[in-house]
Amino acid sequence: MDWANLFTVALGAILVNNFIVAQFLGICPFMGVSKKVETASGMGLAVIFVMGLASAICWPINELILVPLGLTFMQTVTYILVIAALVQFIEMFLKKSMPSLYEALGVYLPLITTNCAVLGVVLQNTQNNYDFITSVVYGVTGGIGFLLVIVIFASIRERMEFSKCPKAFEGFPIALMAAGLVALAFMGFSGLKVFG
Amino acid sequence: MNARKQLMDGLFYQNPVTVQLLGMCSTMAITTTLFNGLGMGVSVLVILTLANIIIAALRKIIPNNIRIACFIVVIAGFVTIVDLMLQAFVPALSASLGLFIPLIVVNCIILGRAESFAYKNGIGASAMDGIFQGLGYTMILVIMCVIREFLGNGTIMGGLLEIGKDGNLVFGLGTAAGIRILPEGIPALGMILPVGGFITLAVLIAAMQYILNKPKKGEKKAEEVAK
Repeated sequence: MDWANLFTVALGAILVNNFIVAQFLGICPFMGVSKKVETASGMGLAVIFVMGLASAICWPINELILVPLGLTFMQTVTYILVIAALVQFIEMFLKKSMPSLYEALGVYLPLITTNCAVLGVVLQNTQNNYDFITSVVYGVTGGIGFLLVIVIFASIRERMEFSKCPKAFEGFPIALMAAGLVALAFMGFSGLKVFG
Repeated sequence: MNARKQLMDGLFYQNPVTVQLLGMCSTMAITTTLFNGLGMGVSVLVILTLANIIIAALRKIIPNNIRIACFIVVIAGFVTIVDLMLQAFVPALSASLGLFIPLIVVNCIILGRAESFAYKNGIGASAMDGIFQGLGYTMILVIMCVIREFLGNGTIMGGLLEIGKDGNLVFGLGTAAGIRILPEGIPALGMILPVGGFITLAVLIAAMQYILNKPKKGEKKAEEVAK
């Protein structure tokens, strides 16, 4: 196991190639549930959970079923079905066994099926030929990066609510502008290189 | 259903991107050259129309409880078809859009139209809806591409046309560098980076809100769809 490589993947997923501000994945939940810090962090935690699990489950499905049978063209269909089933299953499982966590994540879980960051991370794992551990690390750290940015953005939005802006920009456009500035700030990380 | 009204809805009053606020990931991510934008727009138009037709045809058979799963399977099927076709016939587009072709599966526009239109209306109206909503999406993509490419790279028609050595316009699918308008060094690179995507879309939506809210005052804006 190459720790340096894992560290590079993790740092890349959190800061340099952040899913939201550098790769534009998962913009819909990012704009939709970022009005309050509390809901944003709930969504972020749910995304970490699902992205990690989806990476862990889709890797063996791809390597052990799709590749040996020559069905790699079915990847997109399989992955989205696995993610939808996974989200549904997690929801039922949490409801039964961990009601407190279910209360915290409950509303956001179904939304995650249509979060392109989850499908994105699984497809990237396949494209980059990551092994099992790297896939899981990439999934979890990608989720952490999502949590980081959505919490930062939600706190900006909470403050913005009381400030004045031109009428046409009210609501969504001004939030997009703020997101642009967050993206600009995260561009500072793009020069970051670990171990060459 | 009135086709003319549907067209105006798709392009302006109910534009999928600027009014319904759907499908923003791809709108901001791939609009760096006109070639990418047109390719993505047409792909989504085709998939949206076909998925709408199939879902409208099956709307009486699909059980209400598992309709979302059914929609996703239909959409994923068409996305896979388009993905393989692009890889075979337009490899340049497939390479430059990369991950965003398979990600059309989770593009909220298609699922949103399936849920809110195709599941409730007939085949003909759904097909029209798919075409017009797809056109509205393509229109926004093209506008964003032109703005971002011009300001960020100083060229227009990137990936489609370029000026050849003898001064004539040369057509090069995916390889052409575009027609240079601004000299090198002047364009702001930030506009083709993620920042530019956010800011261009913000300005576009603001402009749309300004235009749509002008004639009728007090009319409620389309509510933000959290998906």
